[in-house]
Amino acid sequence: MNPSDERIPDLMKRALGPVADAGLKRDLWPRMRARLDRPAIRLPWWDWALAAAIVLCFILFPAAIPAVLYQF
Amino acid sequence: MELLEQFTRGDSEAFETLFRQFQGEVYGWIVRIVRDPGAAEDLTVETFWRIYRARSRFDPQRGFGPWARRIATNVALEHLRTRRNETTLEDDSPPACLRWSPPDPAVGAELREKVAAAFGKLPVKLRATATLAMIEEAPYGDIAEALGVSIGAVKSRVFRAVRLLRGDLQRMGVEP
Repeated sequence: MNPSDERIPDLMKRALGPVADAGLKRDLWPRMRARLDRPAIRLPWWDWALAAAIVLCFILFPAAIPAVLYQF
Repeated sequence: MELLEQFTRGDSEAFETLFRQFQGEVYGWIVRIVRDPGAAEDLTVETFWRIYRARSRFDPQRGFGPWARRIATNVALEHLRTRRNETTLEDDSPPACLRWSPPDPAVGAELREKVAAAFGKLPVKLRATATLAMIEEAPYGDIAEALGVSIGAVKSRVFRAVRLLRGDLQRMGVEP
């Protein structure tokens, strides 16, 4: 190991410093509760139908895949 | 053990008990990686959200703490990756989080900025490993467990991080 490599950890510690106070300042349960109560995102049936139709198109006409990808 | 089994069965009271018991520990681990108290609170909630969703895969025979820490580490790494991309798009200055904790006053402001800039350029996995090992001085065993790698891999990452930092600092005119 290069001698200066041994000094790097010390330099890092002195320059950046460890986290002074890693203690939690408040109870996060109310935020967690709100997250749990948030309704899950549900896609309507027509979105699924559209996705299925696109997949079906790609299966039936695979030559269309490069043409679609080219647009991106 | 009974509490953990209740949790795996989806008991919300058991989850609340575990949340209250471990939120401080999870937050403390995350804040040491991301070095941003505000983000660490959000990431703690995100960690427990993932824990709740993955409850059926949890093995009560294994400890809850190490499992939670592993998930927390993944959440923190994802956050660092996202923020790294955002920072790269905006400017080249070191992330504010790297200037958050009180450093040694003997180190000049310019040197501190250069060190922070070099540190911010490290790949996310190396930066997290180096933060925990070199700055926070967390035990290598804890780091390895949280990252899901061997202690040898942690040592290797620290070694690579040191090499990259030395190179970057020398390019900036800093001789460590």
